[in-house]
Amino acid sequence: MDEIKELIMTLADKYGRSRESLLPILQGVVAKEQYISDVAMTEIAKELDLSAAQVYGTATFYSFLDTEPRGEYVIRVCKTITCDMHGKKQIIQTLEDMLKIKVGETTPNKKFSLLETNCLGWCHEGPAMLINEKPFSGLTSEKVIEIISQYMNK
Amino acid sequence: MSDTTLKRVDLIFGEYSNEKYKVLAETIKRPNEEIINDLLESGLRGRGGAGFPTAMKWKYTAQAPGDEKFVVCNADEGEPGTFKDREILSRVPRKVFSGMAICGKVIGAKKGYVYLRGEYRFLVPELMQELEIFHQHVKKLGYDFTIELRLGSGAYICGEESALFESMEGGRGEPRNKPPYPTTAGFKKKPTVINNVETFVNVVMIMRLGPIQFKLLGTKDSRGSKVFSVSGDTPIPGIYELELGMFLDRFVEEFGDGDTKAVQVGGASGFCVPRKKFSETIIGFEGVPTGGSMMLFNSSRSMYNVLHNYLDFFEEESCGQCTPCRVGCQQLRKGIVAVKKGEKSAHYLDQLMKLSESMKITAKCGLGQSVANSFSSIVNNFKEEMIY
Repeated sequence: MDEIKELIMTLADKYGRSRESLLPILQGVVAKEQYISDVAMTEIAKELDLSAAQVYGTATFYSFLDTEPRGEYVIRVCKTITCDMHGKKQIIQTLEDMLKIKVGETTPNKKFSLLETNCLGWCHEGPAMLINEKPFSGLTSEKVIEIISQYMNK
Repeated sequence: MSDTTLKRVDLIFGEYSNEKYKVLAETIKRPNEEIINDLLESGLRGRGGAGFPTAMKWKYTAQAPGDEKFVVCNADEGEPGTFKDREILSRVPRKVFSGMAICGKVIGAKKGYVYLRGEYRFLVPELMQELEIFHQHVKKLGYDFTIELRLGSGAYICGEESALFESMEGGRGEPRNKPPYPTTAGFKKKPTVINNVETFVNVVMIMRLGPIQFKLLGTKDSRGSKVFSVSGDTPIPGIYELELGMFLDRFVEEFGDGDTKAVQVGGASGFCVPRKKFSETIIGFEGVPTGGSMMLFNSSRSMYNVLHNYLDFFEEESCGQCTPCRVGCQQLRKGIVAVKKGEKSAHYLDQLMKLSESMKITAKCGLGQSVANSFSSIVNNFKEEMIY
C-alpha cells in the first residue's frame, strides 16, 4: 500500500496533477506493477483530485491498461487478419504448450501472461507479438520457443 | 524489380541534406501566406485516409480566434494492414518534427504533440533522443516551439481525432460530436491542427521541392506520392512509396502472387475490391482512397474468415458510446455466423446490409460509419462464400 502510494506520488511529481496527467500516470503504474489495482486507482484519484469513477473510467477504456493482475512479462499476440493468415494459431498453440496456460491466463509463478491483441502494425512480417513493449515479428514455433526460453531464464 | 510498371518514388525516406533541419530553417523565414499558398497549389490532401486539403486545415486554424493553439501529429496508426508511420518515425523523424514546426509557425502555435500508439512504445527512447536534437536546433534558430511525446494504450478509436484529444486530456477515447471541428476546438478545446505523420513529411517535401514538382506526381484529385503498406498474400510485403492514382490491376501485377482474388484497400474500414474490378479501380481520392493499407488475398483465402476477423476487430474496438456502432458491430458478426451455420437463410444478408447502411448514417464517428465499407463490399462480391 505504501509502496503504491509512493509510486503514484513520484509519477504525479513527474507528469503533473492535472486531468491531462492521468493517462501517463496510469501507464507508469502499469509499467511498474503490470496492472492497476483498485487501491492504485483510489490513490490516483486522491492525488489528482478526481473522483475514483473518473479514474476507473479512463483506466478500463484502454486495452493495454490492465486492471487485473498480470505476470512480469505480458505477451500479446496479434490476432488481426494478416497475422491470422500467416499462422497465428500455431504461435498461440506453441505458447500455450510452453507456458502451460491458455490465452487470458497468467502462469502460477506470475512470470508470464498470455493475451491476444488487435493489429500491432507488423502485418508485413506476421505473425507478430509484443512482450511488454518489445515487438517480435516473423514468428515461427521454433523462434517462439527460443524467445520464451530466454525470457524464462531472465 | 527492374521490370517495374509502377513509378517508384523516394521522397519520403530519401536523404536530401547533411545539414540538419535545413528546410525548417529556410521555411520559417518565409511569410505564412506564401507557405499556405504553396500547400494550396500543391494539392496536398491529408494522408491519414480522409484526405482533407492540408492548406485549408492550416488556414482555418490560423484564422480561428484564440491565443493558444496546438499542433498534433497523429501517430496512432491502428488501421489493420498499416505500418508506414512506424517506419517514417523511425527512419525520418526530423522531417516529421520539421513539418510540425512549420505548421506551428503558420498557425501561431508554440506547442506540438506526437500521439504515438502504445504498440510502438519501443520507439520512445530513439524519438526522445531525436526530440532533444530538434529542440537544440529550434533554439539556435531563435524559434519558440517545443514538441512533447504522448502515448496511447491500445485503443484503435484514439486514431479518430476528437477521441485522440479526449485521450490526451486524460479521458476515455470517446469521439466528440462535430462540429466544432479541431480547427476551432481541438486539444483542450483550443484551435488545433491535427495531421497524419506522413502529411507533415509531405509538407517538408513541398517546401523543399516547391508545389510544382510535387504536383507532377499523381493525378488531378490525388497529387503526390504515398507510402503504401503492402501485406497479405504477396511475395514482397513491405513499405513502398508510389505515385497516387494508379490502377489496381497494375498494383496487383507487381505485388500479387499470381493468384490474387481480392485486395482490401484502406484496411478493415476500407473497401474490398474483387478481381473483376481490378482494371477499373483507381487508388486515390477519385477512386478508392487509402491511408496506405493494401492487403492482398489469394484464392486459398476464405473471404468469410476475412470479414469475420474485421468484425471481431470492430466489435472490440468500438468505444461503445453510440448504439448503432456498439450493437451494430455485434449483430453483423452474429448475423454472418448464423447465415454460415444455416440458422438463418441467405436473405438475412440483405437485412444485415441494411443494418450496415444505417450504421453509416447514424453512427457518431468514422469507426461505426465505415464498418459498412468492408461489410457491403465483401458480402456483395463474395456472397457464395458467406453462405456455403
